[in-house]
Amino acid sequence: MKVSELLENKEFKCLNPQVGVEGVIKSGYVGDLLSWVMANGSPGCAWVTIQTHVNIIAVATLLDMSCVIIPEGAEVEESTLERAIIEDIPVITTGLNAYQVCKVLGNAGV
Amino acid sequence: MSYELVFDVKRGDFDTAGEASRKIKRTLQQLGVSNKVIRKVSIAGYEGEMNLAIHSSGGKIILEVGEEELVLTIEDTGPGIANIDLAMTAGWSTAGDEVRQMGFGAGMGLPNMKNNADNFQISSKIGEGTKIVMKFLV
Repeated sequence: MKVSELLENKEFKCLNPQVGVEGVIKSGYVGDLLSWVMANGSPGCAWVTIQTHVNIIAVATLLDMSCVIIPEGAEVEESTLERAIIEDIPVITTGLNAYQVCKVLGNAGV
Repeated sequence: MSYELVFDVKRGDFDTAGEASRKIKRTLQQLGVSNKVIRKVSIAGYEGEMNLAIHSSGGKIILEVGEEELVLTIEDTGPGIANIDLAMTAGWSTAGDEVRQMGFGAGMGLPNMKNNADNFQISSKIGEGTKIVMKFLV
């Protein structure tokens, strides 16, 4: 599933539409402890986290993630989006919770 | 060593923390290092960088690129680690509540570094600082 295909679902909106969204979502990962995510996340994964500060973009970039998904409508700092544009990482917001996001990804074959 | 990069990291500078690790990753990509090694160096470098921002009085990250190995050195000017064995224990951290709320301070930084490096050495002295030297085979 491509990030662009996830964004066809009205529950998901890209907060930095300037970035490329043709990356493939190869897997999903949920976690808010950055070191844990660094240790266990994988390239191409969609990372679901409630953390919204700029360091999530560092983690996503270093692990070559396909996108970061912020659940439950949590507000994302402007500095995070600015960094995400530079690093070409899609930051996606949704009103769904992390479990519901995983269901969507799973149902799409991720 | 044929190539060396040095980055300064300030205490509490979370907004730019991760910058050195990103530059190291890009450099290694340009040098044609394998993705597997880049991932290991990126994880170890980021953990080291965050440790400098969270715990140290400030420090440096040094990457030395050789033909057979990469050497990543993380060194600071204090305050030093009182008990290295305890600090190396997964889940143990002295991080405060504020940084924990940001998702740091899980007590996995040093174990993550050790797990990703092919050789890991740490030395520390209270009042003087901590030095971590990690080697990665290329």
